[in-house]
Amino acid sequence: MSAAAQGTSKAAHGDVAPKKKKGPGALATAYLVIYNVVMTAGWLVIAVGLVRAYVARGSYHGLYYSIEKPLKFFQTGALLEILHCAVGIVPSSVVLTGFQVLSRVFLTWAVTHSVREVQSEDSVLLFVTAWTVTEIIRYSFYTFSLLNHLPYLIKWARYTFFILLYPMGVTGELLTIYAALPYVQKTGLYSVTLPNKYNFSFDYYTFLILIMISYIPLFPQLYFHMLRQRKKVLGRTEDYSKVE
Amino acid sequence: MDILALEAKNANVADAEKKPTPKPKAKQPKKAKRIVYFEVEILDLKTKEKLLLLDKVEPTATVLDIKALFHKSYPKWYPARQSLRLDPKTKSLRDEEVLQTLPVGTTASFYFSDLGPQLTWGTVFLAESVGPLVLYLMFYFRLPFIYSPKYDFTSSKHWVVHLACMCHSFHYIKRILETLFVHRISHGTMPLRNIFKNCGYYWCSAAWMAYYINHPLYTTPLYGQQQVNAGLYIFLFCQVGNFSIHVVLRNLKQPGSKVKKIPYPTRNPFTWIFWLVSCPNYTYELGSWIGFTVMTQCVPVALFTLVAFIQMTVWAKGKHRSYLKEFRDYPTLRSSILPFIV
Repeated sequence: MSAAAQGTSKAAHGDVAPKKKKGPGALATAYLVIYNVVMTAGWLVIAVGLVRAYVARGSYHGLYYSIEKPLKFFQTGALLEILHCAVGIVPSSVVLTGFQVLSRVFLTWAVTHSVREVQSEDSVLLFVTAWTVTEIIRYSFYTFSLLNHLPYLIKWARYTFFILLYPMGVTGELLTIYAALPYVQKTGLYSVTLPNKYNFSFDYYTFLILIMISYIPLFPQLYFHMLRQRKKVLGRTEDYSKVE
Repeated sequence: MDILALEAKNANVADAEKKPTPKPKAKQPKKAKRIVYFEVEILDLKTKEKLLLLDKVEPTATVLDIKALFHKSYPKWYPARQSLRLDPKTKSLRDEEVLQTLPVGTTASFYFSDLGPQLTWGTVFLAESVGPLVLYLMFYFRLPFIYSPKYDFTSSKHWVVHLACMCHSFHYIKRILETLFVHRISHGTMPLRNIFKNCGYYWCSAAWMAYYINHPLYTTPLYGQQQVNAGLYIFLFCQVGNFSIHVVLRNLKQPGSKVKKIPYPTRNPFTWIFWLVSCPNYTYELGSWIGFTVMTQCVPVALFTLVAFIQMTVWAKGKHRSYLKEFRDYPTLRSSILPFIV
């Protein structure tokens, strides 16, 4: 994740700028810094929007509407991260990143946006808050890492806050999907029935139930993976008590 | 002292040395034929604990022989589930590697890891094929609990539905027979969990397709009998083609021989595609499924065909690459799966 600023390989004779085989080049690093800064700013806007709306209304109900647009914009923008992995400027797995981002985008558009009736649910605030705090920390983590100046506080926050935020987000997501079910069944949203000339059918209601069930095996795996990462990352730096 | 040295000493007395016998260095234990026996120690890859020490191993022993010896001490780990490496970071050694050609001293250390329970490829292929055959028929005969009870054990009134069942069944019966009698599979085994993954995919796909084709509300193709016939002809043509290629590939390999050969077209016109493609078996398989899609006009079939195409292209490209690496004179006109395209 940190930029390989050292010139390792000898430049190929034909090249204008020396291409480094390992890690993103200088241009890619600059782009990634900008990307991560913009995302941090975006999620801060959402955070501020939530706080201001709460203060203005005096209650935490129906805050979704005050941050609907930036939420959609910045969460959808995260699709670029799949591209980053595919192109190779970020050393993460395309599949894992894709899965993570697509599940977020699915919840934003295919559930919350599509089923108006759930937008006033409190469960929406629950996952939006979890996402907001997580993303602000995550994107600032990446920004600092790329600039090789990662404050221990950010690293600690990234690998600690999830312990609470992850279950909080999952709870909010599941409750939202559950709240959407009756409306999906009633209106037949995104569903295709037989007979039709494509000989295909799709029941969005059943699909949402299957999605909810899939959380059962998936969530513990991801959660324990993060816990293991925490032990690896934070456990080591207890030996060296300096800022990276 | 070495017998040879003794003889040489005696010969000295007789006449001047015609053949100067080199003075044997007293490094190796004395044997009449001067075979250098190896000592092999096997360590656990993760814990580095010494699992077994074999002495007096023939230098011409293969990795497979060593695995057999290891199996004797550890009956649970049959050779197919052993992975032996020279170094924890390098790849597993192939069974055919000979001990004396390996970059080891006379004491060789191998790192062992357990690959888990293994199944032969033949077993997995069979399981993959029997499932779809049986499942499709269950939907065709409309067994209970699939469709609405009033349709149980009824039969479709559309001719294409019966035709589709025949084609699908033919395809998988052919595949089963080929696995039993035609294919010569060179890879030994695969891990047990693969059978769940592979079978899960094939079985679920077959069930998904069969559900719609045999559904009481199935809609027949838009262009009627013409479309069905076109799909059928494509399907049959490609099935024959696929079989022809399998026969060619079988005849390439003599049983037991590890010599690799380039497949070439034969007198059978279905094999002439070898001029253009490295893996025509995949090309014909894709063609068969395209035919089946056209015949049934069913989106799940189309999706299955698409996924099959992607997977087979990956396999074909890999095979094509290994052909290019193995043979310097490999025909340059050939693509991996689609002539001139990929």
